[in-house]
Amino acid sequence: MDLSLIIMQLFSGIALGAVLVITALGLTIVFGMLGVVNFAHGALFMIGAYAGLYLASLTGSFWWGLLLAPLLVGAFGMLIERVLVRRLYGRSVDDPLLLTFGLSYILVEGVRIVFGSDGIPFPTPSQLIGVVDLGFGFFPKYRLFVIALVAVVLLALWLMLEKTRVGLIVRAGARDPQIMRVLGVDIGRVWLAIFGLGVGLAALGGVLAGPMRSVNPEMGTLVLAEAFVVTVIGGLGSIVGAVVAGLMVGVCISMVALFAPEMATIVMFALMAAVLLVRPQGLFGLKGRA
Amino acid sequence: MPSYNRPGPGGISRRNALLGASAGIATLAMPRLGRAADETIRIGFPTPLTGPFAAEARDQVKCAELAVKLVNDKGGIAGRKVELLVRDDKLNAGEAATRTLELIEKDKVHAVVGALSSAVQLAVNEVTRARGVIYVSISQSDTINEAKDFSKFTFHEALNPHMTTAAVARQTLKKGMKVAHLVADYAYGHEMLRGFKRAQAAIGADTVGEILHPFGAADYSTFMPRLMSLRPDVLCISNFGRDQANAIKQAVDFGIKQQMKIVVPVILHNQRLAVGPDVFEGVVGGANYYWGLETQNKTAAEFNAAFRAANGGAIPTDYGAYGYSGVGSLLMAMQAAGGTETDKVVAALEALQYDLTKGPQHYRKCDHQSVQSVLVLESKKKSAMANDSDLFAIVANDPGADEMLRSCSELGHAT
Repeated sequence: MDLSLIIMQLFSGIALGAVLVITALGLTIVFGMLGVVNFAHGALFMIGAYAGLYLASLTGSFWWGLLLAPLLVGAFGMLIERVLVRRLYGRSVDDPLLLTFGLSYILVEGVRIVFGSDGIPFPTPSQLIGVVDLGFGFFPKYRLFVIALVAVVLLALWLMLEKTRVGLIVRAGARDPQIMRVLGVDIGRVWLAIFGLGVGLAALGGVLAGPMRSVNPEMGTLVLAEAFVVTVIGGLGSIVGAVVAGLMVGVCISMVALFAPEMATIVMFALMAAVLLVRPQGLFGLKGRA
Repeated sequence: MPSYNRPGPGGISRRNALLGASAGIATLAMPRLGRAADETIRIGFPTPLTGPFAAEARDQVKCAELAVKLVNDKGGIAGRKVELLVRDDKLNAGEAATRTLELIEKDKVHAVVGALSSAVQLAVNEVTRARGVIYVSISQSDTINEAKDFSKFTFHEALNPHMTTAAVARQTLKKGMKVAHLVADYAYGHEMLRGFKRAQAAIGADTVGEILHPFGAADYSTFMPRLMSLRPDVLCISNFGRDQANAIKQAVDFGIKQQMKIVVPVILHNQRLAVGPDVFEGVVGGANYYWGLETQNKTAAEFNAAFRAANGGAIPTDYGAYGYSGVGSLLMAMQAAGGTETDKVVAALEALQYDLTKGPQHYRKCDHQSVQSVLVLESKKKSAMANDSDLFAIVANDPGADEMLRSCSELGHAT
């Protein structure tokens, strides 16, 4: 087995990890800030793919789909927060979990009714068809684009949370919403925006996954499981954790795929079990939170 | 999603009243079937209506319903109407066994047709053969032909991996070629791999690598570097349903088609539709049926016409045709037997010569495998398609012959 194959395999793992990061990010942000475990995350990922496909065919451009679908689905997420999730704040964590679990079934069935249960083709944008020679192997242009976009989104998120006034309010709100209220901050609006952001990120993941997989109503099911594994390994609520864990899981899957390909799915659950044994709160999780 | 609605505690709320009302309507719509004096002939039909094979399963149901309708339109069998009882097996062997048991014990079906996964059909077969109920399987399997899983009640209408892979290999492999395999890690994949390797041995093509992938995987990118480093002439991708669409799509993204030819044991109509012509262009695979056969086969033209008439001009698909011929051959045998008495129907099936979708077929005596033609198809380039349904070119149409099958003695049957 030559070195270039191993490097190529590592690189595939990082690319796969980037997709995992983007799906886990929305889940972990919503939990970290709102304490809501969003079981509809996978379904909203799927909705994002369908919305992206629909908008792309409507406008004739993948790029409009990529831009508009997360915004629209994010707005839909805000509607869900305002109408459904908001009523359950302050109750046990199980209640919003059950609510979003039910919601995921409604969304999947809804899409089946509107678009049918067959897969729908989602063409790769013409500018990104083909492969690039990386020196150690050929890699699809589109997947390179996904890595770059995920990096940009992460940077933007970090800047927003760490360097802006809004970010300050968000971080403070996650720590102590009571004090924020006393200080005159309308924390309800912050939660609304955060939920919308989380859902928008799920949708972005869906649009990005569209050209790599067939788009179908069940495409979110596996994604939800993957996002949870990444979130749990990284620590529920930790953004850094989601990034590190996402890349770690991606590389693990990839290396296992090289030596024992039939174990490629199982390995992420094994990794999760191993991490939980050593650090029950996850790699970057706070004690008592997970 | 089917569910067992249980009214919650407390008095009659509006929700409970609605539940009760809808349950009542459901009961009216589906009259109880336990009545022994009922003259209706009931055929159980478990198939994975939900999950990654949902598209294929739905076509099976449509075609099975068509076969039933055509018989009922002609007055049924010996004056009795035929009814199809469709159940969702969720692509799960346990679920399928439970549903089949229910069909037999509660709904008192006279025979079972269906299943779409090699593992699930074996579970259905376990239940039916233990209870002496006829089962016509319409999912690919080699195992079901073997003496171990066989019973006189077990019939196999679908092609089996041995027939399919041999036909595909004959068209695509040559002596000295290097072949790599990407295989779904479950019964179907393993059987296809075995079939291909047997065909390769006969042709003289070498295997340079085998990669098993987890069933139902969404991402195949991590298998691609290894497959490319093997530098094969042909890549055989042996998986089914959405796995096929995703694996081929991602292989194409990695530029695999520039290096090697992609071959699949069974090229799926619905999956080709799901990822588009550019991705599938040039992919070669086997099939039991393709609607385009109508230009060279009269039966296919008639079957297409009947399906179009019943489904608003739509065309039948590969796995759909299995639903039609599986139920259709069973009903023909019941017609010949003059009813549903199991031993007589088994004898009638064994003696049956039928031509329902694509030319003459019959069930071989020793293992009840349907001897039938095998198509080899190549996915067309977008510019070569005459219309949206013009998906494949027919590369070969091998007529059915006993020599295509493994011999009865090899399968362990007394000869």
